[in-house]
Amino acid sequence: MSKILKSILLGTALTAATATVSKAEGVELEVTHWWTSGGEAAAVGKFADAWNATGNTWVDGAIAGSGGTARPIIISRIIGGDPMAATQLNHGRQAEELIEAGLLLDLTDVAEAGDWANIVNPSSLLGACTLDGKIYCVPVNIHSAQWIWLSHAAYEKAGLDVPTDWNEFTASAGALQEAGTLPLAMGQQGWQQSIAFGAITLAVAGQEAWNGVNIDKNADVARGAEYTAAFEAVVAARNLASESNVQDWNMATNLVITGQAGAQIMGDWAQGEFSVAEQVEGNDYSCLPGLGLNPVIDTGGDAFYFPVNDDPEITAAQKELAALLISPEVQVSFNLAKGSLPVRGDIDMSTANGCMQKGLKILADGGVLPSSDITFSQDTQLQLEDLQAQFWSSDMSAADAQATYAKIIENAD
Amino acid sequence: MNVDSDPPSARNSKRPHRLFKNWMAKLATLPMILTALVVFVGGTAWTVTYSFTGSRMLPKTNWVGLDQYERLWSSDRWMISIKNLGIYGICSLVLTLIIGFTLAACLDRKIRFEGVFRSIFLYPFALSFVVTGLAWQWILNPDFGMQSVVRDWGWLTFNFDPLNNPDIVMFGLLIAGIWQGSGLIMCIMLAGLRGIDEDIWKATKVDGVGTVKTYVMVIIPMMRPVFVTALVLIAAGIIKLYDLVVAQTGGGPGLSSEVPAKYVIELMFRAQNLGQGFAASTMMLCSVVIILIPWAYLEFGGRKRG
Repeated sequence: MSKILKSILLGTALTAATATVSKAEGVELEVTHWWTSGGEAAAVGKFADAWNATGNTWVDGAIAGSGGTARPIIISRIIGGDPMAATQLNHGRQAEELIEAGLLLDLTDVAEAGDWANIVNPSSLLGACTLDGKIYCVPVNIHSAQWIWLSHAAYEKAGLDVPTDWNEFTASAGALQEAGTLPLAMGQQGWQQSIAFGAITLAVAGQEAWNGVNIDKNADVARGAEYTAAFEAVVAARNLASESNVQDWNMATNLVITGQAGAQIMGDWAQGEFSVAEQVEGNDYSCLPGLGLNPVIDTGGDAFYFPVNDDPEITAAQKELAALLISPEVQVSFNLAKGSLPVRGDIDMSTANGCMQKGLKILADGGVLPSSDITFSQDTQLQLEDLQAQFWSSDMSAADAQATYAKIIENAD
Repeated sequence: MNVDSDPPSARNSKRPHRLFKNWMAKLATLPMILTALVVFVGGTAWTVTYSFTGSRMLPKTNWVGLDQYERLWSSDRWMISIKNLGIYGICSLVLTLIIGFTLAACLDRKIRFEGVFRSIFLYPFALSFVVTGLAWQWILNPDFGMQSVVRDWGWLTFNFDPLNNPDIVMFGLLIAGIWQGSGLIMCIMLAGLRGIDEDIWKATKVDGVGTVKTYVMVIIPMMRPVFVTALVLIAAGIIKLYDLVVAQTGGGPGLSSEVPAKYVIELMFRAQNLGQGFAASTMMLCSVVIILIPWAYLEFGGRKRG
C-alpha cells in the first residue's frame, strides 16, 4: 500500500515539477487509461517519463476500474466534445465507429515515417489499427489469454509431478481432489469463463477449427465434431472447478499461489500476481501457453488512439507522442514493467522472465492468432460471455451449449 | 384555482390574465417545468424513437423496425432478468411492508428507548446500496461470514451460501434489500400510526375489540394514504434495482442474478449496442406505465367523480 502511495506521490511530484519547468515551450497532453494496479501504474510511468523528458508534459488521466468501467467514460468524452489528447483502448473493433465518425486522428504519415509496416510484429496488430488503408492507433503491447498456471505446492502435496500439458492435468485432477485440493480455480464471471473456453477449444479442437469459427464465423464448424469434443472437455473442466466459489480473477490466481488450487486458466497478466507474491517461475509455479498442447497465443493488448483536435500545436504533439510510444527504448522499459510482450520484434528483451520468454519465442515462431477484440464486435462478445457464464454455472449439457454457441456464431459480426 | 377568495372589487376592475396570476410562483417552477419537459419527456421520446434503429456505439437512424424487440425477447439474459425482478419485486414488496408495519406497530406500543430503536432500524437506510451490497457480500461469504460463525459454534453441517448458489442467489439479494429498506418504511408507518386519533383506540377498547384486530380491521384501512406512499417508494426501488446487484453479486453466479436495469447498462456500454439497450429501457418504461396508469386512474380519476 505504502509502495503505491509513494509511487503516486512521486508521480504527482514529477508531473508538478515538469509542469512548472516546461510550460513555456512544451505541450500538455492529457492521456487517459485504466492502468491503476501497482505494476500497471509503474508501466505507464515509463511512458510519462519518456514524454516528459522531451520537454512536454504528460497529464495523467487514470480511470479506476477495468476497461469495462473506463471505456464508456472515455468514449462518452470523445463523443461529447471534450476529447483527451490520447487514450488507451484495446486494439480491435472498439473504436471502429469513432473512426467512421471522423473523431480519431489519422496517423498514417507517422506510421510511414516510422516504417511501422515492417517493425510491428505480428503485422496483424497494425491491421487492427487500420481502416480503409489508414492507420488510427499505435499498438503498445501484446497480452494473450491462452495460458494455464500451475501451482507446484499443490502438486507436491498430492505427490505428483507438475503436468506439462492439459491432458496430463486432467489425468492428475483426481489425485489432487483426493489430497483435498481444488483442481481448477475459476472466477465465476463470464469473461473469465470465456477465456477458459477459448483456451480449451484451441487446445482440444485444434487451430483449424478455431480459425473456422473465430475468423470465418462458420456456424457449421461450430456444430462439427471438433467442437463437440471441445464442449465435452469444457464440461469436464467445469466439474473440476465446481468447488471454486471466488468471483474475481485475482482471487482465483491467489488460490493457485497459496496452493489451495492446482491450476487456473487465465491470461498472461496473471503473472503480475505471481511476481507481487514473490514467486519464481519454474520453482513455485509453471506456465503453459496454449495449455501445453498447441503453442499458439492470441494477440490482444492495448493501443493508443488520438482524438481529433482543432489546435494544430496539439495535433503535432499527438503525432510526436505516437512515434515515441513505439520507439525501441520505451517499448522495452514499458513492457518489462507491465509483463506484456512488445509489439516489435527487433528489440532486446533478454531480461524478461521465463514465461515472457516462452511468449516471445511463440511470437518469433509466428504462432499468433487474432484476439477476440479483433474478430468479434463487443456485442457478439457479450453474447458469447453470457453463454459461457450460463454454461459454467449451471448443469447445461454440452450439446445444448454447442447449439446456442453455433447460433451466436451464425449471427456474429 | 382559488378564484372565489379574491375580493369582488379586484375581480370586477382589472383582472390579470390567467397566465400571469401568481407569476412569481410560476417563474420559480419554470426551471423544473423545463427540466421535466426536456429531460424527462424529451429524453424518453428520443430513447423510444432510437429503440427502433440499429444503433451500435453511436446513435444512428438506420431503421430496423421491431428487430431490437425481437432479439430482446429471445435473449436468455433478458428473460432471466425479468424473472429475477419478479421474484425480488414480489418478495420485497410484501416483506418490506409486513416488516415495516410490524416494527412500527411495536414501537408505537409506547415502549422504552423508542428513539434508540428507531435510529437503529433507520440506520441502514443511511447507507448506499453499494455499501449495503458489499457488507452483505461479506456477511454471506461462506468462509468469513455467517456460515463460518455458526460452524464455529459447533453446528458443523450448517450450510448457508446463497450468493454462490444460482437457485437462491436472489434471496441473498433480498435479505440485503429488506435490511436496507424496511427502516424507512417503518418510519413512514410510524408517522401514519401517530396520526391516528387516540379516541379511535379508546372507542375500540370500549367495544372490546382486541389489539391485533383493531390494527387489521380499523387502523390499516385508515392508513391507506400512508400505504400508498410506502408502496410507491418500494416499487420505485424495485424497478431501479441495479447498484445492489453490481456490488453484491455482479449478476453472478453465471447470469442468475441479472436484473433489467443491468441489462440496459451492459448492452449500452459494454456491448456498445445502444439500440438494444434502448429497447430494453423502453420495455422497462412500458411495465411501469402498465402498473401506474390503472392505479392513477383508480386513485385520482375515481376521487373526482366520487
